[in-house]
Amino acid sequence: MKPILKAKGLVKRFGRVVALDNCDFELLPGEILGVIGDNGAGKSTLIKAISGAISADEGEIWLEGKKVSFSSPIEARDAGIETVYQTLAMSPALSIADNMFMGREILKSGWQGKIFRRLDRRAMEIFARDKLSELGLLTIQNINQAVETLSGGQRQGVAVARAAAFGSKVIILDEPTAALGVKESRKVLDLIQDVRAKGVPIILISHNMPHVFEVCDRVHIHRLGKRLTVIDPKKYEMADAVAFMTGAKEPNEKAA
Amino acid sequence: MEKGQKFEEALENAATSVADFDTDDKSFVSRFHHALHTTPALVPLIVLVAAIVVFGLTLGSKFFSPFALTLILQQVQIVGIVAAAQSIVILTAGIDLSVGAIAVITSVFMGQFTFRYGIPVELSVLMGLTAGTAIGALNGWLVAVMRLPPFIVTLGMWQIVLAANFLYSANETIRSQDIAEQAAFLQFMGSKFKIGGAVFTYGVVFMVILVVVLAYALRATAWGRHVYAVGDDPEAAELSGVNVKRTLISVYATAGLICGFAGWALIGRIGSVSPTSGQLLNIESITAVVIGGISLFGGRGSIVGTFFGALIVGVFTLGLRLAGADAQWTYLLIGVLIIAAVAVDQWIRKVAA
Repeated sequence: MKPILKAKGLVKRFGRVVALDNCDFELLPGEILGVIGDNGAGKSTLIKAISGAISADEGEIWLEGKKVSFSSPIEARDAGIETVYQTLAMSPALSIADNMFMGREILKSGWQGKIFRRLDRRAMEIFARDKLSELGLLTIQNINQAVETLSGGQRQGVAVARAAAFGSKVIILDEPTAALGVKESRKVLDLIQDVRAKGVPIILISHNMPHVFEVCDRVHIHRLGKRLTVIDPKKYEMADAVAFMTGAKEPNEKAA
Repeated sequence: MEKGQKFEEALENAATSVADFDTDDKSFVSRFHHALHTTPALVPLIVLVAAIVVFGLTLGSKFFSPFALTLILQQVQIVGIVAAAQSIVILTAGIDLSVGAIAVITSVFMGQFTFRYGIPVELSVLMGLTAGTAIGALNGWLVAVMRLPPFIVTLGMWQIVLAANFLYSANETIRSQDIAEQAAFLQFMGSKFKIGGAVFTYGVVFMVILVVVLAYALRATAWGRHVYAVGDDPEAAELSGVNVKRTLISVYATAGLICGFAGWALIGRIGSVSPTSGQLLNIESITAVVIGGISLFGGRGSIVGTFFGALIVGVFTLGLRLAGADAQWTYLLIGVLIIAAVAVDQWIRKVAA
């Protein structure tokens, strides 16, 4: 099977620190790929390079066999790659609907939208409410309430719903369950599987081994700025994965 | 159910009711707090109405007349227009110290282009507005692309523009009579019309229309949402798909354009074109913005609040003068208002209510 998203030889330096050291990456169509690694292994840098938040110093990225180079998250988004960042990337003072549609607002049809660039708030609110109830993650009173009035878990839910609603080719989730309780985590994991069922592949970055081993089809182990190996979670124990990523054990088959 | 972890089995019997929010038994203070949080322009509106009522009661018809009240509008029109420009910049968590200088240099351009080069007056006005926009865009470029702090950029631009203004105009004033005879269009914003005892100028009308248009743009267009998002958290805005650089440049350029209109209104207000006019516009515009409840940290507040802020200053100035008080009392009270406004802003920001 040909990978839908592929990166080869990515290098990114921050001053004298090498965050990505000739890193390769492959995401197959329809799969959930876990990305695990120690703190500082370069997971976040890898994800940012793929999602356009930073541009790699060297290396190439292909999306559906076509070479791409994103100079901003907007370009990656337009290409169908949607990302939920650890920081969630939301504007606290604006409403849930405003945040969901940030950068892709719906204008009113007809002259109000064409001439006065008027936003269609109703359409955006209805869409946002639908997506949130689809997710079943939230107990929100009012779709117009400011994001700063939501709890951490609710904010996470809004961010995941935003990515799920708009991601057409690839969805990247950076620590999507880190701030969530048991019940909310379960909902996010269910949602991830729903999204895969629709055929959209997902990259899941997480420190939570049980979650990774439960939902992922393959697990990319990141160590010292590069891909150490990719394992099948059904054939390995969590302890093996932890040993690989911390350097306690060497994998039999090194990634090419 | 095979998926999930063992400990999650307990979830099957978990409560399914969603969180209820008590909204009925809130005290008056907390409801008031909530109203202020959602409508930041409410505070300056209350202060404005209170000030008008107090001065109206103590001064009677001397103050509370259509003539006096519209005189306030005329007196605040320039500051009001410049403060509108200042507002959109401060909403992006920036500041524009060059607003006054831009207003003055555009008025000088409009006058000198007409009188020195004989360019048709309408074209001169258009060129003045363009120059104001260009200076604003340069500010925006330095802030957004060169990533310099707005305070430093506009502090420098203030000096540069002011010096250029004196060098170019050779410190020469164009007299009011000359303008009225040869290029009356320059004074267009100062032309008056009466409705009953109320006196309006086109400058006042422009200020009100400007506030309405900006309030609409900030609330109901994507651009406005982006301005707030950039002021709130520029990195989050960038990651969630806002073109931060373009938004910032457009904001500073729009501010420059608005200052250009302020320069035109300035000619209407004082009659002549003077390179030494409008020296206090920077500070006065920031004062109006702060009293109007816009947060200097960006992302919060409304343009309508700024409008009320400018009117509050106008009401205090005229009211105290009519009451025969020393003008220093006005400055003293405005100083108190500024500090009080920021204190209220901090209180409103406490989300937990």
